[in-house]
Amino acid sequence: MDYLQAMRPEQLLHTRPEGLYSPAGDFFIDPVRPVKRALITHGHSDHARAGHESVLATRQTLDIMKLRYGEGFASTGQTIGYGQQIAIGEARVSFHPAGHVLGSAQIAVEAGGIRIVASGDYKRHADTTVTPFEAVPCDVFITEATFGLPVFRHPDAAREIDRLLASLAAFPERTHLVGAYALGKAQRLIRLLRERGYEKPIFIHGALEKLCAYYEGQGVDLGPLEPATLGKGGKGDFAGEIVVGPPSAFADRWARRFADPVSSFASGWMRIRQRAKQRGVELPLIISDHGDWDELTQTISDTGAGEVWVTHGREEALVRWCEINGIAARPLHLVGYEDEGD
Amino acid sequence: MRRFAELLDRLVLTSSRNAKLKLMADYFRAAPDPDRGHALAALTGSLSFASVKPGALRALGAERIDPVLFAYSYDYVGDLAETLSLVWPGHGESGNEPSLSAVVDMLSTASRSDAPAILTELLDRLDIPARFAVIKLVTGGLRIGVSARLAKQALADFGGTEVTEIEELWHGLEPPYEGLFAWLEGTAEKPRHTAQALFRPVMLANPLGDPDRDKLDPADYAAEWKWDGIRVQITSEGGTRRIYSRTGDDVSGAFPDLLDAIDFEGSLDGELLVGTPPEETGSFSDLQQRLNRKTVSAKMLERYPAFARCYDLLQEGGDDLRPLPFRERRERLASFIEGLNPARFDLSPLVPFSDFDELERLRQSPPHSVIEGIMLKRWDAPYVAGRPKGPWFKWKRDPHLIDAVLMYAQRGHGKRSSFYSDYTFGVWTGPEENPELVPVGKAYFGFTDEELKQLDKYVRDNTLERFGPVRSVRAEPGHGLVLEVAFEGLNRSTRHKSGVAMRFPRISRLRWDKPAGEADRLETLTAMLNG
Repeated sequence: MDYLQAMRPEQLLHTRPEGLYSPAGDFFIDPVRPVKRALITHGHSDHARAGHESVLATRQTLDIMKLRYGEGFASTGQTIGYGQQIAIGEARVSFHPAGHVLGSAQIAVEAGGIRIVASGDYKRHADTTVTPFEAVPCDVFITEATFGLPVFRHPDAAREIDRLLASLAAFPERTHLVGAYALGKAQRLIRLLRERGYEKPIFIHGALEKLCAYYEGQGVDLGPLEPATLGKGGKGDFAGEIVVGPPSAFADRWARRFADPVSSFASGWMRIRQRAKQRGVELPLIISDHGDWDELTQTISDTGAGEVWVTHGREEALVRWCEINGIAARPLHLVGYEDEGD
Repeated sequence: MRRFAELLDRLVLTSSRNAKLKLMADYFRAAPDPDRGHALAALTGSLSFASVKPGALRALGAERIDPVLFAYSYDYVGDLAETLSLVWPGHGESGNEPSLSAVVDMLSTASRSDAPAILTELLDRLDIPARFAVIKLVTGGLRIGVSARLAKQALADFGGTEVTEIEELWHGLEPPYEGLFAWLEGTAEKPRHTAQALFRPVMLANPLGDPDRDKLDPADYAAEWKWDGIRVQITSEGGTRRIYSRTGDDVSGAFPDLLDAIDFEGSLDGELLVGTPPEETGSFSDLQQRLNRKTVSAKMLERYPAFARCYDLLQEGGDDLRPLPFRERRERLASFIEGLNPARFDLSPLVPFSDFDELERLRQSPPHSVIEGIMLKRWDAPYVAGRPKGPWFKWKRDPHLIDAVLMYAQRGHGKRSSFYSDYTFGVWTGPEENPELVPVGKAYFGFTDEELKQLDKYVRDNTLERFGPVRSVRAEPGHGLVLEVAFEGLNRSTRHKSGVAMRFPRISRLRWDKPAGEADRLETLTAMLNG
């Protein structure tokens, strides 16, 4: 196996139109088109797509795919636990907590004496709805870069929740409409509200129901949730209440049922005032499920990787940071990934 | 500092006036002295420090962060103060950060040369929102959509008093306004007037409605042209001379020519205009050349000389004339003006009339284009602050109307956030056989809630493209929605492709019946400019 000793990282994993490919194991990581064998990092729709023949993922990611796409999302599904290592062809793969959403994982791929870790999406800020991120030592680290600019520095999420609660106290006659993506962010936001002592029912948009129920089934206590549908009482119903829904719903006719709403949005993008302004957000909450600049750079250091590939996001700044810090780095151009998760 | 930073962040993104007032009043309630006084000074533009220029900010950034990373960051954010607040290393001294007063104290002792060093120290000690607030303070101009007037209104709301009471006291007070806050909270007497040449809250008029007209006796009222300039109060006392806007802002600095001509003791109410009275009165467009300028060039002073067309005399020497009836004040005004420089002060002429039909004819065809209507003032009314119902009426010239075509729609804010409620409209230009639309304005009111729903549906059904919160709407000669737009006047504009900018545009009617191709052409507007 001498030729394996001399393997270059690009031989272990490289990009193809379908996504990141391992010839040694003949599999793809988070492919954007249907493939024979897919390893899936987490359940957001740009990473987890329906139609693959076989899917390897954590139990929770498989459950979430089933919830979103139905029983037939793949021909076969195989479960892998955090820390467990299995062989696929000539490659050995293991999944490690990514702290992004429930079930999210980084995927480590080893062969020929090289280990590459594909981070998927990850964060290290506190989040009681997920298993916390673990840094995995590796030779090459493939990092996401959604917030890969020094301007993205997420504050303590508890403080953001306190800002929401202060606004609720200041404007008790107005409905607080909080936009939060349906998988992960919404449940984390609700959980954070409970942790800050908010005990009243929280009203949720229909698009959140299944995933909130799933999180509860996995032991994440979200407290009393009620559908944000109009009762007989009419508009006054939601005065002084918190309504959580997917951001897209707030630009829609759906939002009209609420009296004089305070429009809020929980996202890392809300760090930039102009972003908030453009979306008509009155109360931006900087709560992100992606790592901020400090987390990204800290993680690169923690993995001890001698080489970094930067993908989906703002590659150039992280590549520059790596150069300054003496780490080989290059952008890895993968197409088809949006920032659904934030 | 955290509370003040949060206030700024909320105000920047809040569009509702009531919500802004509530945020500020809540802040005044929650923040201690002297922090809240310094915040009030910042909101009303009464703070000034040795300013730090953008170049110095960039230099500070370059000391702490790689220039390439800084450039990527600035390019993405687009605002220098915000970029610097975000990329500055560290998270501040949590729990031990300086208060707003401590920050203000440090900055106010700074000279131009040591300001950057002091700013550096503050940036190290503060967290991100507070850094942004400090940079805004030292670069001057918060730009958070709050006028000094609005801040004073919030103060009045907080203290349960009238804003005119605040305005009257204002120019005798200094930050951090502890006496003012104590009075508003009911723990101290009202502060006494100590300064010279204070602002006197102005008297305002209500619009004249048809029912009012039928009830009024023409013999009770004087009529006077309503000039389209800036309402000002010119006050001089014991050598202190001031020109105030109608909300009590000191605008003396912008009009040194008029200020220099003040050689009396008293207080005049009038309209600030440009030109050479009585022969020539410049248009509002001309007057705009003199507004919002930090310095006025000699050329400007020569080309657009400022003068005051006087309506009223509030104070003459030691006498407060405000309790006197208008008839008597007017006589005193007429003789007072005779002693002043005629190039800088003239008397607003009365308009004799016998009945409202006659006045209506005069209103529709005023002798000068800078007249925007008629004022009616009761002969026997004293001068009182605010907008009392009855003594004064304004009867404006009918607005200009134009038929324009809807081109773009933008989502609104607050309760309108799910509606496309801000409309950009255009008129035709280019060759008759192949015309194209050029945008001439934007309006977001004038329609009913029911019409808003219809407009929103029309926008959604006829969308061509989306750009974030904006949609472009199908607008061709054979297919498009005609909006009848009302506006008060037209200015030349170099910033708009059409070359014109409307004043106070609003939707007056939805012309579902009118083919888009029959909407007005740009020539109709440019003719108004020249007319």
